[in-house]
Amino acid sequence: MSFLEIQHLEKTFGPLRVVKDFSLKIEKGEFVSFLGPSGCGKTTVLRMVAGFETPTSGVIQIEGKNLVGLRPNQRKIGMVFQSYALFPNLTVAQNVAFGLKVAGLPRAESDSRVAEMLRLIGLPDLGARYPFQLSGGQQQRVALARALAVRPRVLLLDEPLSALDAKIRVSLREEIRQIQRELGITTIFVTHDQEEALSISDRVVVMNGGIAEQVGVPYEVYNRPTTRFVANFVGTLNNFTGTVVDAAAGVVSLEGVAITLPRGRLAEVKGKEVALAIRPESVHLGNGHGRDVVLPAIIEEVHFLGSVIRVRAKAAGTSVSLDIFNRTDLPPPPEGSSAELSFAAQDLIVLQDQTQ
Amino acid sequence: MKLAKFWAWITFLAGVLFFFLPLIGTFEFSLRARRGVYSFDAYRKVLDDPQFRDTFGYSIVIALFTIVVGVLIVTPTAFWVRLKLPRFRPIIEFITLLPLVIPPIVIVFGYIRLYNTSSYLPLTGSAFGTNILLTLGYTVLALPYMYRAVDTGLSAIDVRTLTEAALSLGASWFTIITRLILPNVLVAVLSGAFLTFAIVIGEYVFAALLNRPAFGPYMVWMGGNRAYEPAALAVIAFTITWACMALIQLATRLSKHTKAQR
Repeated sequence: MSFLEIQHLEKTFGPLRVVKDFSLKIEKGEFVSFLGPSGCGKTTVLRMVAGFETPTSGVIQIEGKNLVGLRPNQRKIGMVFQSYALFPNLTVAQNVAFGLKVAGLPRAESDSRVAEMLRLIGLPDLGARYPFQLSGGQQQRVALARALAVRPRVLLLDEPLSALDAKIRVSLREEIRQIQRELGITTIFVTHDQEEALSISDRVVVMNGGIAEQVGVPYEVYNRPTTRFVANFVGTLNNFTGTVVDAAAGVVSLEGVAITLPRGRLAEVKGKEVALAIRPESVHLGNGHGRDVVLPAIIEEVHFLGSVIRVRAKAAGTSVSLDIFNRTDLPPPPEGSSAELSFAAQDLIVLQDQTQ
Repeated sequence: MKLAKFWAWITFLAGVLFFFLPLIGTFEFSLRARRGVYSFDAYRKVLDDPQFRDTFGYSIVIALFTIVVGVLIVTPTAFWVRLKLPRFRPIIEFITLLPLVIPPIVIVFGYIRLYNTSSYLPLTGSAFGTNILLTLGYTVLALPYMYRAVDTGLSAIDVRTLTEAALSLGASWFTIITRLILPNVLVAVLSGAFLTFAIVIGEYVFAALLNRPAFGPYMVWMGGNRAYEPAALAVIAFTITWACMALIQLATRLSKHTKAQR
């Protein structure tokens, strides 16, 4: 039995089904991200785990004990909110001590726990400050310390980095991951930012329309998306339509070029047409070793992004994006010039239709 | 631009004269108790009058009880409406505005009819019962001001998220209201409290018809029987009101956590 189990969770608001038969098992100490666009139901699932929403049906269990029906203050689940939600009338130390005071912890023990938490978040000297005297990043660290101080069984993070600027988001997400590893706390992280989800999670749950489209480790979700939605939502994709030549042998035709896909890739494809996709970083400019697909192309746009140059070219009747590293000895191709694009057949992703 | 500034100043000065001239006149008149010279004799007489001290003390006690009852009713109600029943907010607001529409004399006659000695709850049958009735009546009179003050205070904080954060930390509803909501709307509650205080201190109709020894009826009696003392009382009453307003400002300034935008 897993530490946290969500089984057949449903939530409807009036006629609207926002969560549909959602099931998930999370192991103790695991860091799982719910990734999806706005309105996909990720926050609703999180709020049902926290107890702020009542499921229409389904079970949420921690260590085999059903939480449905328990009030939020009886669940021992910590939560960090997008808007920090620090109590403005309390100092940083009082905020962190709030849950400990509610639990009736002796003063000395509470004080030492607060000091330990403030050290953990790297703000040991700011205990006497009020929330309005802190930056956004500092406030969110305090919110994290406050949620962790009561030693919850599960930590829920509801888009905790969304209100912060880009640089702080990156450093804070690394800090959150480091703290989570240090404490070994089971964590659910809700975000719509794929980079955030992929960079710090043990597993990612990609959600769409109230269902979990794919659950897997970041590498797998990115490289082997199982649905068209996941493929398009996670990362950038170049889409092609191929024709199945020999499904058993995995041969497809793309603009007259026969491509042999790895065994089994076409197993679930029905019909003659197949939706193929490839990541920009798998496409190369020019013909190189190990790349068995070569397509003639016209360079349309060149975007200099610093260490990387994103090139957009017209190939196989579609617009293809590819990323090349910036090299001083190799200037980017001029716009309007002819070129060859190449990639390995094994990098092609075969897209299935969305599950319903 | 200059012309606009000129008219702004004219309007401002007209307003100042409109408000302050009668007050200056009243104050000047209150100093004329001794023939030929200005003196504070009228104030001395008023302050030495045991009836003044009794009625003023009585009204202060009733005002304090009214504030306590008002805070206990209004704060949890406004909090709950914002948190759980936002669609009922217009209805609650309408109800809280009723005391401004229904004349106090109608309300007090209703009370007398409902709570007289031959009713199921004969509150007017004893002084203590009538004091309770008067306190509750004043709570109703102050409702529009108290509710609006507290509701405005609540609108300045993210009630829902703060409540959810407190719940996730194991807090009970009582803890949330007493240690989280109330301290965060304290300035608003105080401004509602001072407005309530000002209303109760000067109220006449309720106190007179329920026959309670309050400050309002004393001021009316004084106005009908003395010459200079009523003017002195009016100045004292204004001073109390202004002191209340100054206290609201002071409370706002002294509240550390409200110094910055939340």
